[in-house]
Amino acid sequence: MAAVSQLQRQFIEYTTSLYNEGYLDDQFTQLQKLQDESNPDFVVEVVSLFFEDSEKLLNNLATALQQKIVDYKQVDSHVHQFKGSSSSIGAQRVTTVCVHFRNYCDEQNLDGCLRCLQQLNHEYILVRNKLEALFRLEQQILQAGGSIPMME
Amino acid sequence: MNQPELHVLAVDDSTVDRKVIQKLLQISSFKVTVVDSGSRALQYLGLDEEKNSDCRFNDLKVNMIMTDYSMPGMTGFELLKKIKNSSTLKEIPVVIMSSENSMTRIDRCLEEGAEDYLLKPVKLSDLRRLKDTILKTGPDHTDQTQTRKRKHKIDQSQEPDYHDQTLSPPSSPQHAQTKRARL
Repeated sequence: MAAVSQLQRQFIEYTTSLYNEGYLDDQFTQLQKLQDESNPDFVVEVVSLFFEDSEKLLNNLATALQQKIVDYKQVDSHVHQFKGSSSSIGAQRVTTVCVHFRNYCDEQNLDGCLRCLQQLNHEYILVRNKLEALFRLEQQILQAGGSIPMME
Repeated sequence: MNQPELHVLAVDDSTVDRKVIQKLLQISSFKVTVVDSGSRALQYLGLDEEKNSDCRFNDLKVNMIMTDYSMPGMTGFELLKKIKNSSTLKEIPVVIMSSENSMTRIDRCLEEGAEDYLLKPVKLSDLRRLKDTILKTGPDHTDQTQTRKRKHKIDQSQEPDYHDQTLSPPSSPQHAQTKRARL
């Protein structure tokens, strides 16, 4: 039983740090509230869709910004999508980069856009790693026979 | 519980948002159908010009439509207009969902006959409120409801027109939404 409570404590600490450092916001909590016994993998499923979507969008963005003549409307449209999905799962830092990215699209500022794409890649990989670590912790707790603590 | 489940048709081009809205609606005890575009929504509703619309059965009856605003092809606004211009469908309440907190956009949607305008990400409390409204007013929507809603939303014009909710002041990114809830 000591193992379970230690894992649970780790989970709480880790989750708290993710919120404090701005990786996740309240929307992630809202998603967790939607999960129940009838759909115990709901959050993982939604986040997986987000990962798929993000990787596609990052590729599309790279391609769009490599064009000889950049179609900023198209770029903006991809960023808008990314902003929407990141906001829907509570990936706050990703959403923030998207906001700045859209401003550069409005200005048709290629340098700004390229920098934002780099930042976006970076923030996406960070949040992906952190969420995967969080899900692994959850699995460990469940496998040790414990329950996942509810975060307020 | 004798009350039949209300059937909501949700329209969103985002895979993530479709999954979330479906769950939100299911938890709120709605029957849910989700489609990924305005044209598919119209097909489902039987407004597809190519199809014969005689095959509508009662159990496919839609009690409310919730649609994303920004979609490729047909926007949520265009979908709203098509529905309100249809003699068979205009009574169905249409709710717009959008990440943009723009007074002009909100007003335009309400004037076109939208039941409500929800800021994304949509919350359970939004759906609770919608359900109460739909159950209370039923199919006999009076103009009074629309006027009240418009007035309430125009009251929010005291707030500056944020183009993006993540840029809003520290109070809460959902503050506009909270205000709306006090309807």
